[in-house]
Amino acid sequence: MDSTITLFLVQDGLINGSIYALLAVAFVLLFAVTRIIFVAQGDFVAYGGLTFAALQQGSVPGSIWLLAGLGVIAGILEFLRERHTLTRPRILGILAGDFIAPLALVGVVILVAPYDMPYLFDMALALALVVPMGPYIYRICFRPMANASVLVLLIGSVGVHWLMIGLGLLFFGAEGYRAAPMFGANFVVGPVLVSAQSLLVMGATLALLVGFYLFFGRTLAGKALMAAAVNARGASLVGISPSFSGRTAFLMAAFVGAISGILISPLTTLYYDSGFLIGLKGFVAAIVAGFASFPLAVAGAIAIGIAEAVSAFFASAFKEVIVFSLILPVLIWRSIRAPHHEED
Amino acid sequence: MKKIELMNNRSIPLLIALAALLAPYIPGVPLFWVSLLNYIGLAALVTLGLVVLTGVGGMTSFGQAAFVGISAYTTAVLSVKYGISPWLTLPVSILLTTLSAFLIGLMTVRLSGHYLPLGTIAWGIAISYLFGNLEYLGRYNGISGVPPLSIGGIELIEGRQVYPVVWLFVTVSVFMTRNLLDSRTGRAMSALRSGKTSAEAFGVNTTRTKLIVFVYAGVLAGLAGWLFAHIQRAVTPSAFGINAGIEYLLMAVVGGAGHVYGAIVGAAVVVLLKNQLQDILPVIFGQGGNFESIAFGALLILALIYARDGIWAAIDQRFSNRQRHINRDARPLETAPARQGDAALLTVEGLTKRFGGLAAVNDVGFKLKPGEILGLLGPNGAGKSTTFNLLTGVIPLTEGKIWIDGVRVDGMLPEEIAARGVARTFQHVKLAPEMTVLENVALGAHLRGHAGFVRGMLRLDREEEERIFAEAMRNLERTGLADDAFQLAGNLSLGASRMAEIARALCLAPSLLLLDEPAAGLRRFEKEELAKLLSSLRADGMGILLVEHDMEFVMGLTDRIVVLDFGTRIAEGTPTEIQRNPAVQEAYLGGLQ
Amino acid sequence: MSVLLTATDLSVSYGKVVAVHNIAIELPGSGIVTLIGANGAGKSTTLLSLMGVLPAKGKVMFDGIDITRSPVEERVEMGISLVSEKRDLFSSMSVEDNLRLGCYRRNRSHGGEALEEVFGRFPRLKERRHQLAATLSGGERQMLAMGRALMARPRLLMLDEPSLGLAPLIVRDIFRIVTDLKDSGIAILLIEQNARAALEVASAGYVMELGEITTHGPAGELINDRRLIESYLGIRQ
Repeated sequence: MDSTITLFLVQDGLINGSIYALLAVAFVLLFAVTRIIFVAQGDFVAYGGLTFAALQQGSVPGSIWLLAGLGVIAGILEFLRERHTLTRPRILGILAGDFIAPLALVGVVILVAPYDMPYLFDMALALALVVPMGPYIYRICFRPMANASVLVLLIGSVGVHWLMIGLGLLFFGAEGYRAAPMFGANFVVGPVLVSAQSLLVMGATLALLVGFYLFFGRTLAGKALMAAAVNARGASLVGISPSFSGRTAFLMAAFVGAISGILISPLTTLYYDSGFLIGLKGFVAAIVAGFASFPLAVAGAIAIGIAEAVSAFFASAFKEVIVFSLILPVLIWRSIRAPHHEED
Repeated sequence: MKKIELMNNRSIPLLIALAALLAPYIPGVPLFWVSLLNYIGLAALVTLGLVVLTGVGGMTSFGQAAFVGISAYTTAVLSVKYGISPWLTLPVSILLTTLSAFLIGLMTVRLSGHYLPLGTIAWGIAISYLFGNLEYLGRYNGISGVPPLSIGGIELIEGRQVYPVVWLFVTVSVFMTRNLLDSRTGRAMSALRSGKTSAEAFGVNTTRTKLIVFVYAGVLAGLAGWLFAHIQRAVTPSAFGINAGIEYLLMAVVGGAGHVYGAIVGAAVVVLLKNQLQDILPVIFGQGGNFESIAFGALLILALIYARDGIWAAIDQRFSNRQRHINRDARPLETAPARQGDAALLTVEGLTKRFGGLAAVNDVGFKLKPGEILGLLGPNGAGKSTTFNLLTGVIPLTEGKIWIDGVRVDGMLPEEIAARGVARTFQHVKLAPEMTVLENVALGAHLRGHAGFVRGMLRLDREEEERIFAEAMRNLERTGLADDAFQLAGNLSLGASRMAEIARALCLAPSLLLLDEPAAGLRRFEKEELAKLLSSLRADGMGILLVEHDMEFVMGLTDRIVVLDFGTRIAEGTPTEIQRNPAVQEAYLGGLQ
Repeated sequence: MSVLLTATDLSVSYGKVVAVHNIAIELPGSGIVTLIGANGAGKSTTLLSLMGVLPAKGKVMFDGIDITRSPVEERVEMGISLVSEKRDLFSSMSVEDNLRLGCYRRNRSHGGEALEEVFGRFPRLKERRHQLAATLSGGERQMLAMGRALMARPRLLMLDEPSLGLAPLIVRDIFRIVTDLKDSGIAILLIEQNARAALEVASAGYVMELGEITTHGPAGELINDRRLIESYLGIRQ
């Protein structure tokens, strides 16, 4: 293996690793706050990327209907749940947030989609369509299971994954899409060709990670979310409601997924079901971190990206076999290190 | 009147099952439905394994499809490439599945908590990608032209011909699984679900038991895989991927992961639904969607929100009969010869446990003789429970020595300590809530029985089971719980649960009994009954170590008391001496002035 | 003395097991009321249900408003704070962050003053304001938990065994602080294993046994109750 290949593999690994890192952070956050191992995390990647690709091509992405449907269902459930305590402002709030806002967004997309809009506008619109799905999914599927075991929640997230995959095929079709890059330029760095888009991916990842760091370290909202992750009952005792933290965590997870999808959509062809495997690799990184440490998750993600690039080079058919087999020793190491949780 | 008896609660499902079994031979039933029944049977085999694994053993696997695949590919390769008869490949397929399940299980059962299901996702994906990428296995095209099963020269090609074979496998597996669950091994397996601490305290080797469960589930999946290959006449990797694994789990959840018949119900519901959805949904929504995935996703979520115990749980409540015949004349279980002499039963020296830098227990020592009740007192957080867990091997000690009957036991595992005649109860009651009180108590006699996995499955353990249950019943009577024997343990009040734990401990026929706050939550007359029981056990020569908060209870009952405060022994003496001890009054009875 | 909180017919169950059965409690607008009883009597369960952490049957009124169905955060907003038995600190966060989150829902606009006030009451916390909560000693952790609750300037402070696992000298400090808080006008509901110490600082007491309230009355009377002393101390004169 000469140095050109090494550099090439490292670059490839770093790009994939950045995306896995973002997803790993989302996995860790979501698990810490809600105890949900959200295997559907990767589906937000596909939804984000494909919605963006559709907007770029001037067509109306099918995912708008999911957003509208989720909003309406969540709104109805909210009315049912609070039927004894509803007040007028609350009714107006639910109507505005769960019915009017998503439907208005759907209207905007239908109106605007045929026109050629700026890159950043399409990006923002794709985010606006996909990100709210996170909190809606939490409210519809997971809040009713709030007291369930980690296992039941895990199985529930598999249900969400199936739903999203099935709907994804309906919305986006079986063909894959690849979006145009934001910058088409390439640079030659030493012996390696580096595309501007891949630099963008890494730069955006870094910016997002710094953003997370500042959010959790500097803002009260971030600290409140962190508090809910560290000690759920303690958070509840100071008045941070578990439902609020759940919604916020899902919002961030959906955001991370969607933005990852948008970032990689010019680099790889995305299919409706591509998200699962991408998500699972972020998930492996989260496992490396024991679902607890953000820096470890990022380090693990980069390592997986590189391991994947290397195994793809030497034994491309067995890339997935190798990557997923690598989890087992990590899991065993994690299990041995994990303290006994059986005692109260 | 005979007829009414025949129609009792248990025979109704049996009759329904019988009717269903004969259905394919009713003239006019389309062949298509018969093949569906065959697929239900195959899925039910895999799901049955999952019920044992998840519902009984508490281990969730997303990867069972991989074992179906290992077996299916084995027989496909052997019969297609080497022309070996399917009946001869059966043992090879099962052996290979067993071996893989054993090796994968060795890793998997060591995973704790949610790492276990995550691990199954990982190897489930890895194995299915392996199938799809090995040249030898035909990559993504798989292997076709697998020969059908044949009996006496007749090839079983049509659905009606295969049907009896499939359902014979299912019936035998259900029968064996039921036997297994109603055996000594089965009780150990069920006890695992509510945590390993209590199972280990009664001598269950948890890793070994989990491995047995895991391999058993793998073998059932292997049977299904072998049948699948010869019915489908081809194998492709997509049938054994992670989605198939999740589908089996869906069947278990929908049917009821805690019940043997839940496997069949779940398999039937999901297979039929899948089939109908494939027909109907595209008509409604037009082509192009993966509708069964949408419907299954929604079904899974709804099931988890509204019916987490599955369909069979609802049926079971109407038909189940938890009664069990107790043969009071059964020969009593062997008991270790009573101890002679006055030598100490339990000796503790320099017992120390540090968590980080903090000493929870610091240099504690005491002795306990046969026929003596020793009280361990101290305020909350004084280190009593830690001491208890050190004595029983639940947590490793930092320093110190413990002898039981003159044998060093520090460093031994909980099950090894139990085997030396030490039984315990727990401060936070640890009974398996979905087992009956009687079954919970019978777990206490685990070490006094010998029947293993195979004897249990083949029902060769009946005599020993009678003896175990007679013993369990005797101890329930002793603790005043005979009327609650067939209740689910989860329905007991706190006081009754504590008594049930004592009954379970007595089933071990211990020479040393360790009780962690047995009187907490008991009413006054119950405490009096408990005191009487403990006095009579003492008179029989049992040594009893009692951690208790109720001072009146402790003062009236114990022979000697050791008082702990901040992990250190601050006093030892008779109850009267302890009451007068100023250090004890300061630590325990308070007074800030 | 005005009534701040009344709970009537309060019952809490864990599955089918009833942990607290039809109890009634009335708390005045100031002073210390103590809830005493053996382990497993249902004291902590009672506090958790008053806080809204555990669902309960019955009726709870706070300051004339029915809060039976109110979630925890609304009760926090109205001025109820609980220092739980496990302290429930945010262990991987700094002392100061723990405190600042204390006024997340209530009193946020006066967070700065409240912080100075808490630091004034617990100078040790000020010294360690940048340390992680996990690195504190047992006594400091208790102070932090109390300080965090005080950040919201609650009207009712519920303390679950504040002396648990602490050395005698520190217990004395904690009790002194509890008395100070009472003098500053906060109503306090105190669970304490050390019955005598609790009754000495309280104005009234409730005794729980097996999920029910068996006795209640002025602290001065309870402290001389022979039956109570016996069941606590096992001493029969």
